Amino acid sequence: CSFVEHRNYKIVYRRYASLFFLVGVDNDENELAILEFIHLLVETMDRHFGNVVRFFTMDCFSNPFKCELDIMFHLEKAHFMLEEMVMNGCIVETSKANILTPVQLLEKT
Amino acid sequence: MIRAIRACKTAAEERAVVRKECAAIRASINEDDQDYRHRNLAKLMFIQILGYPTHFGQMECLKLIASAGFPEKRIGYLGLMLLLDERQEVLIDLNHSNQYIVGLALCALGNICSAEMARDLAPEVERLLQFRDPNIRKKAALCSIRIIKKVPDLAENFINCAASLLKEKHHGVLITGVQLCADLCKVSSEALEYFRKKCTEGLVRTLRDVVNSPYSPEYDISGITDPYLHIRLLKLLRILGQGDADASDRMTDILAQVTTKTESNKNAGNAILYECVETIMSIEDDGGLRVLAINILGKFLSNRDNNIRYVALNMLMRATTLDAQAVQRHRATILDCVKDSDASIRKRALELLYLLVNENNVKPLIKELIEYLEVSDQEFKGDLTAKICSLVEKFSSEKIWYIDQMLKVLSEAGNFVKDEVWHALIVVISNASDLHGYTVRALYRAFLTSTEQETLVRVAVWCIGEYGDMLVNNVGMLDIEDPITVTECDAVDAVEVAIKRHTSDLTTKAMALIALLKLSSRFPSYSERIKGIIVQNKGNLVLELQQRSIEFNRILQKHQKIRSALVERMPVLDEATFSGRRAGSLPTAISTSSGAPSNLPNGIAKPATAPIPDLLDLSSDDVPAPSSSGGDFPQDLLGVDLLPTLAPSGAGKPPKASTDVLLDLLSIGTSLPVQTGSSASDILSSSQHDKAPFANFNGLASLSSHSANATSPVNAAPMMDLLDGHGPGPQKPEENGQAYPSLVAYESSSLRVMFNFSKQPGSPQTTLIQATFTNLSSNVYNDFLFQAAVPKFLQLHLDPASSNTLPASGDGSITQNLKVTNSQHGK
Repeated sequence: CSFVEHRNYKIVYRRYASLFFLVGVDNDENELAILEFIHLLVETMDRHFGNVVRFFTMDCFSNPFKCELDIMFHLEKAHFMLEEMVMNGCIVETSKANILTPVQLLEKT
Repeated sequence: MIRAIRACKTAAEERAVVRKECAAIRASINEDDQDYRHRNLAKLMFIQILGYPTHFGQMECLKLIASAGFPEKRIGYLGLMLLLDERQEVLIDLNHSNQYIVGLALCALGNICSAEMARDLAPEVERLLQFRDPNIRKKAALCSIRIIKKVPDLAENFINCAASLLKEKHHGVLITGVQLCADLCKVSSEALEYFRKKCTEGLVRTLRDVVNSPYSPEYDISGITDPYLHIRLLKLLRILGQGDADASDRMTDILAQVTTKTESNKNAGNAILYECVETIMSIEDDGGLRVLAINILGKFLSNRDNNIRYVALNMLMRATTLDAQAVQRHRATILDCVKDSDASIRKRALELLYLLVNENNVKPLIKELIEYLEVSDQEFKGDLTAKICSLVEKFSSEKIWYIDQMLKVLSEAGNFVKDEVWHALIVVISNASDLHGYTVRALYRAFLTSTEQETLVRVAVWCIGEYGDMLVNNVGMLDIEDPITVTECDAVDAVEVAIKRHTSDLTTKAMALIALLKLSSRFPSYSERIKGIIVQNKGNLVLELQQRSIEFNRILQKHQKIRSALVERMPVLDEATFSGRRAGSLPTAISTSSGAPSNLPNGIAKPATAPIPDLLDLSSDDVPAPSSSGGDFPQDLLGVDLLPTLAPSGAGKPPKASTDVLLDLLSIGTSLPVQTGSSASDILSSSQHDKAPFANFNGLASLSSHSANATSPVNAAPMMDLLDGHGPGPQKPEENGQAYPSLVAYESSSLRVMFNFSKQPGSPQTTLIQATFTNLSSNVYNDFLFQAAVPKFLQLHLDPASSNTLPASGDGSITQNLKVTNSQHGK
């Protein structure tokens, strides 16, 4: 089960090979939606970096080391992306195109 | 730099690299290096994520934000959000022409703004809510959420704008608009009203559009268009529909449509269904939708995916309050979930099951739960045990079932059982007098099989001690029992095992000692052997055990006659009072409150409200006999605390017999052979209540002659606590003649106190006591002081003692006169 209760909030986590994504939410939140959100995030990052986690299937296992590295070395980009998607705890944008436009804009300059 | 850090193999190396980097960054900051500033900041962020302090970078952030280039600003704001918190001041350029920059600023504001900032910037944000660019609008919307949360008063300003946002086409804006409305409703009730009236229709329409919309590549997630929007809309509808029948009506259609049409083989679909079910549960509805919802939950429950089951269990807990019947149907599935391999599911299922239990299904459920107890793992056992115990207690219809179940639980998981639980069990056992035989035999059997469960051992030892004769003689066999032959030897063996086991703790051993004493009276032929066992503890390092064994030994040796009286059956512990005590937290039972619960098993002096059976806290039982005249007699002089062993009180005597029972060692006080039972001095403690005469103190020593008829009310309880056997005359009011034999008020291996009584003719209410103190030890007592206290209706006058020094080994004695006047003489 991907949900863990801790004190008065919940942690929703999803594992992609050696990468764990954890999201802390309060008790009212829809956990399944958060799971979807994690996946959306992963896919967006994948689209941008080209190689974060590919559909968490075999490819991922062949290149696990590179996945985290992408995030690590371009941490600020990962943050930018997340910023576009979530603000103050609420989901802002769910369309990958809309999310990545400003990020790509930054890279061009 | 990142590569360098990652290449470090040990933590110390890493620290060194980071330190070097920080130094470099600091140097470059000092030099005011423009080009590398943003790179420095990026490095700083990385370092911060690793956990090192980076406060020196904050000014850099500010400088970056102030600079003109977009990348710098970007990094500056990012750094701002990560490295600072809302207490810092921030340069805001919400009015900048570049929309991305405005977006940035809004982000920053949205994430970290404080109340003052919110107030200042609210009008700006409002303006931006109507900006042409959708990106800005959506960010402005979320920013407004933050502002509203911080400063709820500003909510009214945003209501109109928010309503217009709901008509947007752009999904991003729509989502944030919906979110804004939801939060507005939470914050202000007039907003709620407004939205309810105006926007419900619109929302329903929007939802319908989204549901029916064709495939759109941008927002598609596994076949469903923008599930997040779905979910947000549903949430808002939930808020609007809660408590309002009108609004709920308008939603029913769309809810039904969503529920039926959403496919549930993908997680996204399930998420939507989940939200839908939650909404249905919360709004006012007549029932059709509810049935639909519970069906969905049922389907969820049987899904193999753990997440879905977890979510279903969660929802079912809420559904139980609304519609318990429907949930009962799924009981079997829920029971399976309790045994699931996943810990979160187990916990949830157990809680849900707890809510579902009622009188009809309790027995099979408990049976299943107990079976599972055997195989469950350790962390879960504690939880499970607690729940089982409370369920059994709440719903036990017959005592025998209760005892059975508790026995099973104890054998399985006795170590997890809390103290109140087994106290309660003992109370119940003692109340079920027809089941005594059955209980003790069952316990004996259980004891033989599972000796590691501490609680089981305790309860078993207590019962064997109490009802040992029933055990041996197979008294009171019920039809369902198998015959079992237990000899006296076996019974004694069992208790001996309890003592000798190295894993037994103090309470168990203490209880075992008392049980042995009881057995020695019930099985007289085994006295010798029992004495042997008891004697082995004489040198025990623990005070409690040593003391008990020494005292019991004395009893066995010298006071055979009173022994049987001592260890008669305990009076029935009053259940009602016991549970009353448990519920409220009453002070310890020493006061004259009636309450047999204070008679809890041997020397467990305090009722369950006290945390631990207070075997050890001997003196506190006695000394704080507050309402009674707690004696002031220096306990340390005696050096012996009194064991509050049980005092036999005949068969089930009224609860008034309670408190002194605890107090005195053998409950053997002598009543002073004064008439009307006034107590001359209560050395240790006494309670004053009328007591029924203790009828069955037979074979007592000398003072039993005082057991005359009670004509006048008795006041005193055992006045003095003796170790030597003297009849517990106290209950008997004295009505005798004029001869008052002298009395050994106290005797131990170190001291003897003798009282000689006389009355002056013509003043019958006054008694003269001459106290003689003899030192039996080999040490000289200096500064010997005798104090006495009496109940209120007596007056005491102490003359000075003949001397303060008590020579050793009985070489001399001190005498002191006391005069006691009974103001209630004859009443």
